[in-house]
Order: sequence, then structure tokens, then C-alpha cells
Amino acid sequence: MPKDGGIGASSKRREDLRFLTGKGKYTDDMNIHGQAYAYFIRSDVAHGTINSIDTSAAEAMPGVEKVFTATDFEGVGGVPCGWQVTDRFGEAMQEPKHPVLAEGKVRHVGDPIAVVVADSLAEARDAAEAVEIDITELEPVLNMKDALKDGATKVHDDLTSNLCYDWGFVEENRDAVDAAIKGAHHVTTLELKNNRLVANPMEPRVAVADYDDSTQEHTLYTTSQNPHVIRLLMGAFVLGIPEHKLRVVAPDVGGGFGAKIYHYAEEAFCTFAAKAVGRPVKWTSSRSEAFMSDAHGRDHVTKIELAMDENGKFLALRTDTHANMGAYLSTFAPSIPTWLHGTLMAGNYTTPLIYVNVKAVFTNTVPVDAYRGAGRPEATFQLERVVDKAAREMGIDPVELRRRNFITEFPYATPVAVEYDTGDYHATMDKLLEMSDHAGFEARAAESKANGKLRGFGIAHYIEACGIAPSNLVGQLGARAGLYESATVRVNATGSISVMTGSHSHGQGHETSFAQVVADMIGIDEQQIDIVHGDTSKTPMGMGTYGSRSIAVGGSAMVRATEKIINKAKKIAAHLMEASEGDIELKDGAFTVAGTDKSVAWGDVTLAAYVPHNYPLEDMEPGLEETAFYDPANFTYPSGAYGCEVEVDPETGKVTVLGFSAADDFGNIINPMIVEGQVHGGLAQGIGQALVENCAYDENGQLLSGSYMDYTMPRADDLPMFNVDHSSITPCTHNPLGVKGCGEAGAIGSPPALVNAVVDALQRAGHDVTHIDMPLTPDRVWSAMNS
Amino acid sequence: MNLSDSRTIKADIDTVWSALLNADVLKECVPGCQEMIGSPEKGFEAVVVQKVGPVKATFKGQVELQDMDAPNSVKIVGAGKGGAAGFAKGGADVRLEADGDSTVLHYDVEAKVGGKLAQLGSRIIDGFAKKMADEFFTRFQNALEEPEEEEETDADEETAKKGWFKRLVS
Repeated sequence: MPKDGGIGASSKRREDLRFLTGKGKYTDDMNIHGQAYAYFIRSDVAHGTINSIDTSAAEAMPGVEKVFTATDFEGVGGVPCGWQVTDRFGEAMQEPKHPVLAEGKVRHVGDPIAVVVADSLAEARDAAEAVEIDITELEPVLNMKDALKDGATKVHDDLTSNLCYDWGFVEENRDAVDAAIKGAHHVTTLELKNNRLVANPMEPRVAVADYDDSTQEHTLYTTSQNPHVIRLLMGAFVLGIPEHKLRVVAPDVGGGFGAKIYHYAEEAFCTFAAKAVGRPVKWTSSRSEAFMSDAHGRDHVTKIELAMDENGKFLALRTDTHANMGAYLSTFAPSIPTWLHGTLMAGNYTTPLIYVNVKAVFTNTVPVDAYRGAGRPEATFQLERVVDKAAREMGIDPVELRRRNFITEFPYATPVAVEYDTGDYHATMDKLLEMSDHAGFEARAAESKANGKLRGFGIAHYIEACGIAPSNLVGQLGARAGLYESATVRVNATGSISVMTGSHSHGQGHETSFAQVVADMIGIDEQQIDIVHGDTSKTPMGMGTYGSRSIAVGGSAMVRATEKIINKAKKIAAHLMEASEGDIELKDGAFTVAGTDKSVAWGDVTLAAYVPHNYPLEDMEPGLEETAFYDPANFTYPSGAYGCEVEVDPETGKVTVLGFSAADDFGNIINPMIVEGQVHGGLAQGIGQALVENCAYDENGQLLSGSYMDYTMPRADDLPMFNVDHSSITPCTHNPLGVKGCGEAGAIGSPPALVNAVVDALQRAGHDVTHIDMPLTPDRVWSAMNS
Repeated sequence: MNLSDSRTIKADIDTVWSALLNADVLKECVPGCQEMIGSPEKGFEAVVVQKVGPVKATFKGQVELQDMDAPNSVKIVGAGKGGAAGFAKGGADVRLEADGDSTVLHYDVEAKVGGKLAQLGSRIIDGFAKKMADEFFTRFQNALEEPEEEEETDADEETAKKGWFKRLVS
């Protein structure tokens, strides 16, 4: 039965009132009296040597405060990378310097060279035209395999090559995997690309910085998913500002999808410049700038081989991936193709031997980092594509082949170093087949055929790893940060509550769902609780929101802090009712003494805590405020079965997605409506990748898809009505809520389901097509059919 | 972007050759050209205002003539900076062939664009370049050729229509 509040209720998103009525306060809404505007002059070549920069004419122009170049940043640190990967020979990755403004060389179209700060944006732009920059163009490094050849042009002259690292996982299994593949009954091989994407949050990036010279305090308003991480990276590594003198605020943020996790040069620039020019400095990215300066996603080239016995039992899996890092290492870039990708290669299957090789490569392109799913979509895509191809080669139904290899006993330790706590893959598969009316497919296919169309059905089953943890493990893996989360629960005298969470909400609905959890634990109305996030001066040190970690990690911290509150409140209640603490029960917002009719309301206890006239002052401090830091023991492992039904027009190659069903296991659900919305968004992005989105460079390293004229975003008419279910629940065993996370699942499971469906449609029509690289545009599909 | 074509111009090869090296002719013939100064030996400096798709810009650039083999062939190399709009650069291999009273002009053009021009205009750049080349050679042809004989045209008009470059040099 649907609940009308608390955990499990589809409470309406309270934040939507301000978002839908134009009352949201985004970073661009922050305007500080006297602020100047920054305009970035960016490289229009992919690779070049900067011979000279003449700013004199620009600095003489009206309204210009100062023109900054790399020389102004001597003595300032580079933009740091937050993860150091160790290669398969035990060596640290190659890590180039990433200057705030280009020093001597430009390395991608969009690389910032100089910045004009002026009274108005128009004056800054005009003056930018007068900055004379002389660049000698160099040969660009674009193709990853060519970049690794001997004698290839180098992106970074001070590195030994364009190879960031050559990672093997698990290196000790390498020979055993090779041997198993050599002796196998059948090996299915697939070569594929995971197309480069641009995140395109609706709100572009913005930074507004202020400096108070009387207190030496810096304030940065920025479009970030994790303001504390920005404060730490920028304060400690770039500008040398002590944390107590640096406040970072990420107010309402209009979508992140990963691209707003990282610390960007523009944030450091504005913070630095505000002090240098003695007035606030604001930068607002244009959409064109966003295309060439927001970190991109995906861009892997992979060969995957799956070895099977005669019954289709998976024996070994070997992958060889080239992962594009772009020109510099973005904050978490090295971890994406390694620890968030290699660890997922077992999927839902009992494959006993796995070896993953990843070569991360520098090229003259925009840096690549996490994008919704981050490594897990790349893992799932190749695995679910090769399993589908294997099923066809072995003559086994794709559903049946998956079932034969499903993991059924938990906990399950994979050969790629992770331990799945719970899951029921047969249950999600059963649910999917039911939801998608799999049994009725043949009749629908016949109908399509009669209409001259080709119908296909594709399946994918995914595993995800959310809430990357624990901190001591990720430290060993090279993370330069902890991955706990924090919460402070501040109970006010009259019983209302402010929860200060280190998680950040930029579309996820935390203000609603987090309040539901606390309300449920205490038994009071959700409206009594406010969620505060996104301001380092208000919340405890938090790691922010990415990797579907908020409810699993941030929610757990909040539960732990609320438990402390309840424990203390029970002591106060015991004092008020002159009862033993052990007999106090909390239910529906009232404390009772077990077995009696004695009762004291929540509000009376909270009032006593702050007006401690009748209070055990000798035993306990007044007040009711608690903080908890939660560091999970393990990842969480959501999983699910996705089914996609398509129709291909054989005349044009156009793919129409007729139906999409998603049967997920997210563990326990806090707010089903929000979960459904998260899955819808993920599916739209996954289908966008599979069908229309593609970031393209030309042979000179010019960004061809640099606007919405050439970069296609999925629209409502590209998508079917989604059929979403999350009733298959195997709760997580190691967090207090039993939750797993749902933010990225849709984007992880959907691309292989869609490509599998198109291949199915073509093969049913007799076309010998085993793979088409994404996006499956009419041109590519038609060409594959007619080649 | 690559473009190859040829044009037959009703003028002798020496006339065509000298027109090709003349700054005034180039200024008249390059679409959107505001300024063209210089010489074949030292190269030309040009200012061109053009609109490529949504991007309008003033390009300031240099044009150099390389591998000159009078009156047979020359390589024209140019690069222009359009400020925030990005840049355009390219080269044209031009080869002249006498064909009776006429001259056949062969050209192979290679062009590159960068920055905002590539970001916003690359998918229309081929069509744009072809249009620019067509316009250039049409103007070039007009500058050199006698107009078609027409009936009942008076003398003044005829003079006006006469290829202006030929009037200049004859």
C-alpha cells in the first residue's frame, strides 16, 4: 500500500516548487556588488607552441581591469588530479602538469590561454579581440593507437610518451586467462568503440569569486557536485589558501552528470583574480565553451574475447581497451577506465578467469572523465554485447545463455576483486520478460514484417557498483581522497530539524528523500525537516554526489547521526518521565515507557534539551545536535535486466525505439517516484548515447560537434514510454537503510540493450550484421545493412 | 576540405597570369575583400569580411605565392585570423594551359578552418568554400573577358561591359 510519508512514500519533490516557478538560485544568479567579468581566450588549434602573447592593446581598452596569462600564475600550482593509478609493472602513471592557463603550449581546442577581466562582459570580449597571440601549429595527436607508436608526436614534451598508464587487472591472472582462451571450445571476439560524449547539463558552468582583504577570506560560488572537494583541491594544491579562509558554495545546480565533479581551471582563475584585481570576478560559460571545456565522457576502444565450453558456460574473459584521457588528467580521469571499469567485468556471471588491460592515452582533445555511469557503462556495453554475440554464435537463446551463467549464491567474490553482497538476477530477468511481454514478441515481429519493417528485441543485464568505498581500500588503489560521507542533524528547540549533509543535490531530490528518512526514524512530519547542502561554511566535510552514492553513503551518515540524536533524546525522555532509559520507546514522534501509558512528545524533549530547567545537567550536555561520518564497508551492487524493442526501417536505416523495459534491483526504496525519475533520466541518456549522441573531432583536432547543430541530444520523440519496475529487492547487507543507489543504472544498462535489439532486427531479416558502433544513426545502420 | 575544378577564360595565358598576380584584381575578385596590398614577390596582406553560417568575422591574413613558374603555375597559400571566430587557412595549386585564344585555369584548393568556425560551421564549410571559389573565378573571368556580343548595344555600354582588367592593361 502506498505510504503517505516517510520511507517508501512517493512524496512530491519539495524543491520542484522553486525550480518550476523560476525561484531556484543558481550560481549565475549570484551577483556581487562591483563584480568584474572574466572572458577566456581559448586555443582554436588542437596543438601548438605559443610564441608570444601581446596584451598591451587589450589592456588599454575601455573597462579593462587586467589581462591575465600564464606568467601571472607563476608560483601557483597546476590543476591537480585526484587519483594515481599504478600500472601493471608497478610504476606510477605519467602525470603531466595542468596549468590554470596554458604555459608555452596549447594542447586542445578550448585550452585557455589568457583571460580578460573587465567591467562588463561586452568590454571583456571586445578587448579579447585585441590580444595578439602567435601560435605555431603542431601536428595533433588524435588516434589513440597511433599516439602510442614509436616516434609519435607527444602531447606533453616532458613525458616519455603519450601513454598515461598500461594497467593490467588482475595481472596475476594474465597467463591463466590466455591459456583458458587458447584451449576453449569456442571464443567470441568483438571489437567496438564506446563513443565520446558531452555531458550537456542544462546549466552551464559558472564561477563567481569574492575576496575580503580585511579578513583574508575567499568565497567561491560554483556549479559543483562537491564543494568540499573543490575547496580541498583548490585551496591545498592550486592557490595555497588555508581551508578556514576559503568558503565554497554550490547553490542550486542545474544538472551535473559527472561533468561538475571536477575542479576546473576557471574556478581557480576567478578565485585568484578576485584577490589580484581587488573586486569580485564572475565567469559564466557559454554553451560553445561548455562543449570544449567541460570534461567529456567515455571514448574507449575495446577488443573483448569471451571463451566458453560446449554448453555455453563462460570460462574466461579477456579485454584490451584504449581509454582516451584527452590532453590533461581531469580530477578522477585515471580511475574511470580502471577501478570503475575493470572491477565490473564479471557482470552478473560466474566467469572464473578475467583479465582486463587498459592503456590510457593522452591526445589533443578535451580531457575525459566520469559521465553518468563512469566506467561501468563501458564495462557493461562490451560485456553485454559480447554475450549477445556469443549466444548467436553458439545458437543459444540470449536469455538462456545469460541464465546459464548467472551468479546465484551471495556473497560472491568475483575474480576482479569485488564482492557482491546480494542480488537475484533470475528474478530481475523474470520480471523483465513479463513486463516486456517477451512471449508476444514473435507476433509483433510478424506484424512489423507485414508493414515492411524489421523488428528486434534486445536484452542486457547489468551490474553496477555504487558508493565507491571503503576509504582505506580506495587509498590503496590510488585515490587521493576519502570516500566517506557526513551529516549533522541539528534539532531545534521546538522540534524541527535541519540536516546538514555532505551530499549535494543537483536534480536528485535529496531535499525530499533525505527528509523522508529522518521523518520516518523519528515519526514526525517530513515538513519538520529541512535538508541543507552545498555550502562548506554550513555542512561538515563531505565528498559530494557522484557514482550513485548519495543515499547509500550520505543517507547512511544521516541515519547514524539521527540514531545519535534518538539515543540522546531517549535519555532526556527517561529523565522527564523518571523512567529507565532502557524502557523508552520512540514511535510516531512520541517517547513512551514500555508497558505504561507514560508518554512525552518529541517537541517536549527537544525543548528540554535547549531549555534545560528539568535536565540531567550533571550527566549530559544540553542541546540536540549530532554529527556522523559514515565510511561504507563495501560498494553497493544494484543490478537489473533491461529490454529494448526496436523497429528498423530497411529503406532508410532509421531506428525507432518502440518499447523499453527496465527491471531493477536497487535494494530498499526511499521514494519510488524519485527512483522512477532517476531511471527515466538515465535511460534517456543511455538511449541518447546509443542512438544519436556523438562527440566528433576532425583530422586536425577541431571539435566538429561543438554546438547543438551538430551534437544531437535525445528528445522526447526519440524515446518510448518507459516501463520501469523496481520491485525486485535484495537489500544491501552493509548499510543501515539496505539501499543500493539508482542514479546511473539507466545509462549503464540501456546502450547494450538497444544495440542488441538493432542487431537482432537485422539478423532476423537475414543481414549478416554482428555489430554497429554507436550512435546507431540511419546512415550507419543503412550502411551496415547494405555493405 | 578539398576542391578541384577548372575554368576556361577567354583571354591569353599571359593576360591571365598577370591578372592572377595583381593585387587590384585579387581585391576585386576575392568575395568580401576590403583591402589587398602587396606584391607577388613579397606576398599580399588582405582584410576579408565574410559570414560562414552563423559566424561573421573580419579576417586579417597573409597571402603568399610560392613555386611560381610563369606563366604556367603557382601555389597560392593564405591564412587568416578571424579573432573570436577562429581561423581559416588554405592553399590553391593553380595551373594555366593555353587553349587557342583562351586559357584553361585548373585549380586544386585545400582549406582548413578552426575555432568557432569549425565548431559551428564545419558542416557547411564545403558548400561555403565552393561558393567562394565559384564567385572568385566568376569575378576573375568577368575581369578578363570581353562580354558576349549582344545585339543593339550602344557603344558606351559596350565599353562598360568590356573586361575591366583588359581595359586596364590594353
